[in-house]
Amino acid sequence: MDLKRVDDLYRDKVILDHCRNPRNFGVLSNSDFVCDAVNSFCGDEIHIQINIDEYQKIINVGYQSEGCAINQATGSLISEYIHGLRINEVVEFTSYFSNIMQSKPDSVFLNQSMPDPGDLQILYRVKEFPIRIKCVLLSIEALKSGLCSDK
Amino acid sequence: MLNVENIREDFPILTREVHGKPLVYLDNAATTQKPIQVIDSLVEYYKNYNSNVHRGVHLLSVEATDQFELAREKISTFINAKNSELIIWTRNASESLNLVAYMWGRKNIHSGDEILVTALEHHSNLIPWQELAKEKGAFLKIIPIDGDGCLDLEAYKEMLTSKTKLVSVIHVSNAIGTINPVENMIEMAHDVGAKFLLDGAQSVPHMPIDVQDLNCDFLVFSGHKMMGPTGIGVLYAKKELLDDMDPLYTGGEMVLEVTYENATWAPLPMKFEAGTPNIADAIGLGVAVDYLTNIGMDSIHDYEKSIAEYALKKFPVLEEKGVVLFGPKDPNLRGAIFSFHTPTIHPHDLGTIMDHMGIALRTGHHCAMPLVKSLGVPATARASLYAYNTYQEVDMLIDGLIEAIEYFENGS
Repeated sequence: MDLKRVDDLYRDKVILDHCRNPRNFGVLSNSDFVCDAVNSFCGDEIHIQINIDEYQKIINVGYQSEGCAINQATGSLISEYIHGLRINEVVEFTSYFSNIMQSKPDSVFLNQSMPDPGDLQILYRVKEFPIRIKCVLLSIEALKSGLCSDK
Repeated sequence: MLNVENIREDFPILTREVHGKPLVYLDNAATTQKPIQVIDSLVEYYKNYNSNVHRGVHLLSVEATDQFELAREKISTFINAKNSELIIWTRNASESLNLVAYMWGRKNIHSGDEILVTALEHHSNLIPWQELAKEKGAFLKIIPIDGDGCLDLEAYKEMLTSKTKLVSVIHVSNAIGTINPVENMIEMAHDVGAKFLLDGAQSVPHMPIDVQDLNCDFLVFSGHKMMGPTGIGVLYAKKELLDDMDPLYTGGEMVLEVTYENATWAPLPMKFEAGTPNIADAIGLGVAVDYLTNIGMDSIHDYEKSIAEYALKKFPVLEEKGVVLFGPKDPNLRGAIFSFHTPTIHPHDLGTIMDHMGIALRTGHHCAMPLVKSLGVPATARASLYAYNTYQEVDMLIDGLIEAIEYFENGS
């Protein structure tokens, strides 16, 4: 059977790689920030812990997830992406990125002040599968709740 | 035996394509498709005799009232109620359950009383009783299941005491397909003086139900799961129970006499139907019941049993791929609802891939979170069948699952 359309999701090298070899996988103890989110509708979970230095720069990330391939790959990609950013930059990025994910597939976003989304751009193609966008946004939700509440 | 090809011709939606593939609709436990007769009846009402019921003296109102009350008669006959005044229109099974919890429960459940439900319940037959128990200081007890997802009747027997005031049981599990032996359970509940509520959301559409023969005290079900429109459901109860219950909503339609100070209630069933009812969808549900009756509920039940048996026979090829099927393995003990776990592919990824093959499955916890959790998985994928599904579609499901699992395992 022709499964070309889902190839965009499940045959992408970056997504597959992050699913199979999740980065920063494991619990970080003594973390400065704890970011958790659960989608009670589907049971997916994401947990991210963050350590910062005196300049609020992220120096360590721990990540664990439970759920579908998209959720897992996103968590891994995000955990890699935020490494080295400052907390305020991550907060700004979460809004920027969720706007992109919730916009129409062909919308153009230009924000020169944002760091290059890098590999995270792969996730824009999840927009072609609207019901799965929430699988990407769970990681973003975790970051928002963890970074905007504590400290 | 029913003629599936003839039935399929009545369902316009079954000819459509999804992602360029013919639709294989296997999400019937969520909602069923509607035959053209039901769709036409809705259009017919709005085009030709739309008007309010029980009030106008004009012809349109008379016609609408006749059809609306005829639909109630049809439901009454369909479940063999003593008469149609015992058929209360609601929005769905959930609303019916809440109506019982609020208006019967709050009057009859007291501190220290016990309510029994099963480990298989849909949230709609769990949460209203949780809330009631908390409010009243009553206890909600859960009848356990065995490894096959069948109720532990010994445990049930032990749990029934003089404190038991209500037993509320899902007839067929929407999550894993178990058919519960409610005939015995109802008798056992009555032996200790408890009332029995039967949640027929997944049984009334699929098998003959006779409320007098079963002797259940309450029966709830939804129209949209039995080829009828959304937004219309039913509460049946024995007359003495309905008489004992006060109305949940008050206002127009449901009164006998009103002064500025007081009001008296209309007789059954209108006492429970404040405001303009869902006229069109009630009429549509009546037509759905005609449609089901024409096929024959025995025929539907037999057909679904044989298609379930066919699917179960084929299942070992999936077991080779590590797939775990939940629920009883005996087709006599289950409906055509198959919930399974695929260890190498998450249900959501599976659902997306199957969708692109044209196969509509449900994934998640199926509004039975505690049950799915007890199965030891975060979510399951579920295929649920109805009278219009074919053996060929079962083959497509099995082949599709194998292909999806292999696709996921062999990613390059």
